[in-house]
Amino acid sequence: MSSGLYSKTQVNLDEKIDLRKIKPYGDTLNDGKVQVSFTLPVEDGDQAVEAAKLLAKKMGLEDPLVAHHKALDKEFTFFVVYGSVGHSVNYEDIHVEAVGGEVLSMEEVSAFIKEHIGRKIRVLGASTGTDAHTVGIDAIMNMKGFAGHYGLERYEMLEALNMGSQVSNEEFVEKALALNADVLLVSQTVTQKNVHIDNLVHLVELLEAEGIRDKVVLICGGPRISHELAKELGYDAGFGPGKYADDVASFAVHEMVRRRIE
Amino acid sequence: MSKVRLDLEKVRAARGYARHIAEDTQKFVEAHTTVAVERTVLRLLGVDGVNEEGIPLPNVVVDHLKEKKVLENGAAFYVGNAMASLKLSPMEIAEEVAKGTLDLTKLPLADAFERSLLIKEKAEEMVQRIKENRQVREEKLDAFGDKKGPYLYVIVATGNIYADIVQAKAAAKQGADIIAVIRTTGQSLLDYVPYGATTEGFGGTMATQENFRLMREALDESGEELGRYIRLCNYCSGLCMPEIAAMGAMERLDVMLNDALYGILFRDINMKRTLVDQYFSRAINGYAGVIINTGEDNYLTTADAYEEAHTVLASQFINEQFALKAGLPEEQMGLGHAFEMDPSLKNGFLYELAQAQMAREIFPKAPLKYMPPTKFMTGDIFKGQVQNTLFNMVTIMTGQKLHLLGMMTEAIHTPFLSDRAVAIENAAYIFNTMEDFGEEIEFKKGGIMEQRVEQVLSETVTLLKTIQEEGLFKTLETGKFAGIKRPQDGGKGLQGVVKKSAAYENPFFELLLDGRVK
Repeated sequence: MSSGLYSKTQVNLDEKIDLRKIKPYGDTLNDGKVQVSFTLPVEDGDQAVEAAKLLAKKMGLEDPLVAHHKALDKEFTFFVVYGSVGHSVNYEDIHVEAVGGEVLSMEEVSAFIKEHIGRKIRVLGASTGTDAHTVGIDAIMNMKGFAGHYGLERYEMLEALNMGSQVSNEEFVEKALALNADVLLVSQTVTQKNVHIDNLVHLVELLEAEGIRDKVVLICGGPRISHELAKELGYDAGFGPGKYADDVASFAVHEMVRRRIE
Repeated sequence: MSKVRLDLEKVRAARGYARHIAEDTQKFVEAHTTVAVERTVLRLLGVDGVNEEGIPLPNVVVDHLKEKKVLENGAAFYVGNAMASLKLSPMEIAEEVAKGTLDLTKLPLADAFERSLLIKEKAEEMVQRIKENRQVREEKLDAFGDKKGPYLYVIVATGNIYADIVQAKAAAKQGADIIAVIRTTGQSLLDYVPYGATTEGFGGTMATQENFRLMREALDESGEELGRYIRLCNYCSGLCMPEIAAMGAMERLDVMLNDALYGILFRDINMKRTLVDQYFSRAINGYAGVIINTGEDNYLTTADAYEEAHTVLASQFINEQFALKAGLPEEQMGLGHAFEMDPSLKNGFLYELAQAQMAREIFPKAPLKYMPPTKFMTGDIFKGQVQNTLFNMVTIMTGQKLHLLGMMTEAIHTPFLSDRAVAIENAAYIFNTMEDFGEEIEFKKGGIMEQRVEQVLSETVTLLKTIQEEGLFKTLETGKFAGIKRPQDGGKGLQGVVKKSAAYENPFFELLLDGRVK
């Protein structure tokens, strides 16, 4: 404990980090402090606060403190709760399916393509199915890119075509065949009730039916997409939030070389 | 007195170019009708419901006329003729067509005078209903008093109209003034309007007349309890633009997204189709007292908000002129823009403030629609809350009217009940603590904001001049807005555009446009 100004009780906290038992960090190692906010469908009052506390305990929070509660409507109350997580996780045991490999800059991608592939690569992208949102595919593909990462259209050795939103899987595959595309990018932004899963699987089935699944690098992306999910659905890679054109391009060119797509 | 020392000569020039652009386009618009316009005429004549296969009767009748290649005369012509010779109502006529027992083109031609009279009488019934809806709104606003400052505008999007109602009522109680029911993804591309109450949708809820009615009823209830009038908003865009306008007018919606340019650019709807549709929809919205929202804010979700600010202003000028052509008064023009500059841009807040102040002064009577940050919302809810706070400040400092609340969980999920409550609280706090801030401050002469306004306005004049020279259709082909190129004969819905014949009849234009003048 630091000054001990607020807490007079001596708490037994391990001072050395043990990676086999990590816990959230508030202001002291292993204090386990977390913040949670949620709404309960009950009227605000003492009973509601107690309910929030009990729920927090069931979540594994010790000494939950309901810092804030407020009626959102007659039958809804909002809570902000702090507490200490009793659980820990073994960090050393964790294995993550991540998109591996080196991330190259835009110039390095071009140099890599010239050296290892020797021709321009055709990239086709779209936001498929009923999804009307292009923000994801635009961030990756449009010339300007996003957050200082230029989009694929600006890459010298890529021929990138962004089909926009609400493209059916059938249209997408048709275009991929017509262009003889090497890399297919599928974006799924706003989805509900897991419709994006069905849609992504459907595309894989269509590509297999056309016999081109193994001739292309197939990549999906979106806020709810992880690499692990993508692999499970039959994609070569999946990119979630915080990934940019250079991440996608680097993976695609390495994958083409690895699989000898020529 | 302009706070950013607007160059009024440039404003006049911009408006002049925009008027020419709208007039030029209007020639095409007035010479054509569409399947959606004709379905709307049928709806306004009282045709509703679906056939055995679930196809809406307005579609059945219009498809019938299209198949016979006579849509160029207008649905009103054939329905009026059938009314005269069969003594049936438009609804009964539609049912006969649906059963396959009536071919509207095979009936003998009734007396033209009688035909027109019957149609006009029927049309007047609906126009009267719409007028009464408008009066109900005005009475409620008189009784409760209308809100002085910005309207807090929130969205609900559960997919289920009944769940939407729960969320909407809670939002109203927390202080929301406008509830928008987001449409299900993809509805804008349907060439029909689904029927009845719906409980399934993706990223939103179907716009149907029954859903409109249910939500209107719920918000009226909430309004009575709260002593406020809660406005209802929906999306009058896409391939059924005028039909949604008609349904909204019948069910007393108050606000409608209504922008052809948006559909062309972001939904790849054919420009000819949607500009014709827009004209009729705006005539209906204008008469019904509906505030329209235009979609310029969307340009900034794909193009850069700093670099492309002039395209927003240019589009606002064009939208203003199109709206005036359809008789929609300035007080109902919710011209759109957005707080979408990159948060890392130095002095970005000043540029946002300059843009908002400029829009306020150029369109002084318009209830401007101001959209929150979305593009640079990251999932970091704590930073997001700050971004939304800055956005709220711009609104209260510059008198934006339709203030779409930013959600700190933008880019994560459709809003939780609590997300909306947090957003409302943020806005209410800023609007109260800074209420008269805008009145108190002046901007530095020759300062960053004044220079920015001058730059954006100059670029706008140049752009509008080019568009006037090239024509709007040509301009849209060259990617001047949002960096998106759309071919004149590409996109969805072109096959639904028909050149009007000399015999073409549509009683509503006259009634709706006349009604307003009085």
